[in-house]
Amino acid sequence: MANEESGNAKRMSIIVTKGTLDWAYPPFILATTAAAMGLEVTMFFTFYGLSLLKKKLDLGISTLGNPAMEMPMMGMHMKMPNIVSMLPGVDSLATGMMKSMIAKKGVASIEELRMAAIESDVKMIACQMTMDLFEYKPEDMIEGPVLGGAATYIETATKSEINLYI
Amino acid sequence: MADQVLDAKGLNCPLPILRARKALGAMNSGATLEILATDPGSVKDFEAFCRTTGNELLSSVNDNGVFRFVIRRAG
Repeated sequence: MANEESGNAKRMSIIVTKGTLDWAYPPFILATTAAAMGLEVTMFFTFYGLSLLKKKLDLGISTLGNPAMEMPMMGMHMKMPNIVSMLPGVDSLATGMMKSMIAKKGVASIEELRMAAIESDVKMIACQMTMDLFEYKPEDMIEGPVLGGAATYIETATKSEINLYI
Repeated sequence: MADQVLDAKGLNCPLPILRARKALGAMNSGATLEILATDPGSVKDFEAFCRTTGNELLSSVNDNGVFRFVIRRAG
């Protein structure tokens, strides 16, 4: 608390490149926690990470290419081989299981963490190039993030003690 | 007896820390906040939180699986 008020706060930046439900957690957890610990935090949302700034979030997970994924089930752990991922409906089933675990275990939703990030003054930069590339409209995105590019991020990164790429 | 009590039982990382930060932010310096949590990771996390923010961790007790922390808000 003392830090941020005296203007000597340490800084952290995170490049957010992934937009699935599982990968949305690390950047938002770290950003909100760092802000709670008095750091000035900037998040740069680019490529698939940019979808995390859409007003309406519809996040899912994919079991494909995720060989370390083990879902707890009846006291055991179920692996998800890639061949199973090919079956229609498996990803939505896995997403449903993940969302139910998240609610049951007292883990925050991404919507909740994103709101906490905004409330704790985490700065957000939406990648202009990705907006153009994927044809996102400004009206589809939440209010608050500024549009910027690589140079905007690098300027922040040069002033930050911690720079993460997720 | 702490000035304020925060019930963070059943909440998982990072919610106990976020809720505690919010509560402390609304308190006067020198006031104390007691936090109840069931997340075992919160023991180390509140130590780190206090070391980094300058708030003082007055006590940390495991009361049959409920962790009780008392924090004094920094000036």
